[in-house]
Amino acid sequence: MRAYHAALAAAFLILGGCAASSRDLVVLLPDKDGKVGTVLVQNPKGNAVLNTAYAASRSTPEGGVRRETVSKNEVNDVFGSALAAQPPRPMSFVIYFESGTDDFTEQSKQEVKRMLAEMARRQAPDITVIGHTDLVGSDRSNDTLSLQRAERVKSVLVTMGVPAERISTAGRGRREPLVKTGDGVPEARNRRVEINVR
Amino acid sequence: MLALRSCAISALLFAVASVIPFAAQANDIAQFKVAKGSVYVERDGQRLAARVGTPLQPTDAVVTGADGSAGITFIDNSLLSLGPNSVLAIERYAFNTTTHEGAFDAMLRRGTLSVVSGKIAKQSPDAMKVKTPSSILGVRGTEFLVQTRD
Repeated sequence: MRAYHAALAAAFLILGGCAASSRDLVVLLPDKDGKVGTVLVQNPKGNAVLNTAYAASRSTPEGGVRRETVSKNEVNDVFGSALAAQPPRPMSFVIYFESGTDDFTEQSKQEVKRMLAEMARRQAPDITVIGHTDLVGSDRSNDTLSLQRAERVKSVLVTMGVPAERISTAGRGRREPLVKTGDGVPEARNRRVEINVR
Repeated sequence: MLALRSCAISALLFAVASVIPFAAQANDIAQFKVAKGSVYVERDGQRLAARVGTPLQPTDAVVTGADGSAGITFIDNSLLSLGPNSVLAIERYAFNTTTHEGAFDAMLRRGTLSVVSGKIAKQSPDAMKVKTPSSILGVRGTEFLVQTRD
């Protein structure tokens, strides 16, 4: 934390003389699931940590910040247009293969249908196909394997009519298991491909 | 014959790409999902009208007019949207889709901005910064709003 503030202070030195004074308002919102994150606001003469819903910091003419809490009404007055222009939230769909084959499981075929319906609901949709492995083997071999799985799913989606230029692929390897297991444990639920619709 | 044909197709694709300034590129980092009223992208000193589906590249700036608003989804699932009379400069964007390491620096020069942070901020709490002419915001997540006025 201290190192972080030092880094921010250093960044200010770099901004240096060109830092004009502007009047700023920063507001922290609750997430969609009700949780609240953290934003650190640093001004030339003061800083604020925002970590509660509707916590706000307003810059003062002296170059400092004033902590306050703003109402939903004020948020809507100032930020209504920006909030109304938020893109739709990305959605994830999870695909499994029949063991030892390139065929999707029955359930996964339905999941692909739901994914295509979600794409149809969106404007200019794009997707990332992300391969995941279980915790058997090294990072390197699983990175390769997970990307290969993602590429296979991409080629299937292309044959189903999804334009190739709307699809990107990624191999996340063993970094994001769905089910936590010990190292070296085979786990079918972790050998999956996630389709992220944006 | 086959080679000739694929060459002709390449030539055709190239011709199409050169008249559509926003054809998909490998270094695309984001896309407009919402564009209402006047919305522009400034790239290499040029100002280009943006519409839904227009991609963004690192170091682009997004400008909205008095009647404009825009919503942009980045490849790490960061969601940024702008209200009217706003200028947002992307100063740096890098995202590793395997490790989720990256860097995201954006500067709101003017106007209103809504942010839902994505995979970059989730992986490394110090990797995303939003600036105004007089503030620096360290983003630990997730949803917040910024207004800056002269």
